[in-house]
Amino acid sequence: MEQILANGVYLGSQYAMIALGLTLIFALMNVLNFAHGQMYVIGGFVTYTVYGQWGVPFILALVMSCITLAIIGALIERFLFAPVIKGSAREESTMLLAAGIAFFLDAVILLVFGEKQRGVPKIIDGVFNYDFLIIMPYDRILICVLAILSIVSFIGLMQYTKTGRALRALAQDRTAAQLMGVNVDRHSMIGFAFGAMLAGLVGGLLVTITGVNLGMGGPTSIKAFMMVMIGGAGVISGAIWGGIILGFMEAIGLALLYEYGDITYLLIFLSLMIFLAFRPQGLMGKPWG
Amino acid sequence: MQRKSLVKAALTALTLAVSYSTAVFAGNPVLKIGFVGVTSGPAASWGISNQRSMETRAAWINETGGYTIGATTYDIEIVSFDDQKDPKRAIAGMEKMVQQGIHYVVGPNVDDGAAAVRPVAEAKGVMYFPYAFPKSLYVAPASNAILGMVANYQSGPAIYRYLMDEKNVKTVAFVAANESDPLSQRIGGIAAAEALGMKVVSSNVTYQVDTTDFTPVLTPVMRTRPDLLVLSGVSPANAPQLIRSARELGFEGVISTETAQDAGVLAEGAGDLANGFISVGGASTPALASPMMKEFVARYTEMFGEYNDESNTKVYALEYILETLKADPAAINDVESFKATMDVFEAPNPYMNGDATLRYVGISSFGQRRQISIPLVVNVYQDGVFETLFVGEVD
Repeated sequence: MEQILANGVYLGSQYAMIALGLTLIFALMNVLNFAHGQMYVIGGFVTYTVYGQWGVPFILALVMSCITLAIIGALIERFLFAPVIKGSAREESTMLLAAGIAFFLDAVILLVFGEKQRGVPKIIDGVFNYDFLIIMPYDRILICVLAILSIVSFIGLMQYTKTGRALRALAQDRTAAQLMGVNVDRHSMIGFAFGAMLAGLVGGLLVTITGVNLGMGGPTSIKAFMMVMIGGAGVISGAIWGGIILGFMEAIGLALLYEYGDITYLLIFLSLMIFLAFRPQGLMGKPWG
Repeated sequence: MQRKSLVKAALTALTLAVSYSTAVFAGNPVLKIGFVGVTSGPAASWGISNQRSMETRAAWINETGGYTIGATTYDIEIVSFDDQKDPKRAIAGMEKMVQQGIHYVVGPNVDDGAAAVRPVAEAKGVMYFPYAFPKSLYVAPASNAILGMVANYQSGPAIYRYLMDEKNVKTVAFVAANESDPLSQRIGGIAAAEALGMKVVSSNVTYQVDTTDFTPVLTPVMRTRPDLLVLSGVSPANAPQLIRSARELGFEGVISTETAQDAGVLAEGAGDLANGFISVGGASTPALASPMMKEFVARYTEMFGEYNDESNTKVYALEYILETLKADPAAINDVESFKATMDVFEAPNPYMNGDATLRYVGISSFGQRRQISIPLVVNVYQDGVFETLFVGEVD
């Protein structure tokens, strides 16, 4: 049981971070960013290159991942999403655009970073072993702590800074926010860049544990969407709860159901379908704010 | 004067252009050989090593004047298609090959892709060289597929026997991804281990292909304390993560797989934790490698900046196609003739020292010659490189 709890906390914290960026972008712009997983992969590859290949300290590599993805996110919002949102009232236009960006980024990743699985040296050696009840490598513990700190920082930023308040206002009501003097275009770009940056941050953090490869983008997006659906689209606390719930469901399923083959995700999807039938808006309900 | 120079320059350019196009048209006719396999995603290393091996060998042949089959010398062109490990795309790839008039295709790399392209290959007269193990592809009435490597039901028993004899391994646990190749390899592995008298202590644990953290997956397996952990059909992307998780959970036994791996990927993903990991290697060792194999490795490395040990196996398929066509030039457009020649074909193996031969085998496994003969090389990973553990033979 202790190991299940430890695995659940670890998986939940990383999943919550993945879902945060996606839900932020959805909250601000009503855009389902199908390219979120690809942004995560780029973050991983940037850290791989800077830390693994160039030997730059890990923290600096992580910062590089964040900056790179923030720039990519800002450019994507400014030159792709903003014109499409202004020019088309149909929601599927942004969905198609997001899917197109996902394919495009996959192609760019293949060209720039290649097709192979890549990994970086462990940032910290050793394994925490509490009487064989809880076994957790120190690097996983560190990444878990960093992920939780990042989530807390993110919440703090959204709650207590001027930009955070503007972003929340934007998510609640774009027109009202504009009337209150919020520069909607600028903050949409900042919000999208912020969401992409979160993807880059978690990609950079997790490359030390899971490595990174071209094929990880799609499955990461799917998991992120699941978490957002569980928690409620566009709700920050919902994304966190969605991540924690998915992490615990996975940890419990893998620990208790292994004798029956790979049915953990089958049951998770089944539970999700039943849950959504009764509560389609997810746990935390309507848009956040 | 200036106008004269301009006219002169234009005429010179025209002459050069005409000479170039004449030279192109006067070059060797082109023989196209196809490749349909996975060159992106977690299993990309498998297909990439195929494609690069073929391109390296084709460039080498073309550079040295072409390949003579019958009375004609051909330049070799490799036509590649990334099936992304998706059977639907594999079919599309095979259809593309048919549209281009290609009769000989290397790949696909996985079971479901190889099974999916079978109807197209058989209907349209294409011989293909899959790196997939289901016997139904090679046993009659199937006749167009030729296994391009050693299958897990051939290498597995050899590895288990070695570990029982040399490492006193008695218990084994199997872990597989939840998809057709690994699951079928797990079934074959369990049968082989039980036939040898090993005790299978865990055989139900599977994982999603897109799993990135294997600690929760392996925790129940580690509780069974096996002597040997077999990663059935593990892809090069997943192997380092599985090894790392197993070692971090305190596993001290032997870890092995019957699939080929990439030393560079293992080094980056698992580092020293991968030391002692046993896998099926490329079909060559320093002792076996002929000067031609060494030159192939050098050319490959020069072309692509790195070498993959698995290419020691992947270099063979194209060579078998070309040598068989050389033995039977009529087979260029007639795969039935190719099949007939396979039963009697034999040629010197240019990639091995000594008097090794290229020949088609598989009678004992498939009842007909539908496998290329290459040495079974079992490697152990140590400090960033593969070292040869033992070399065997299969029919």
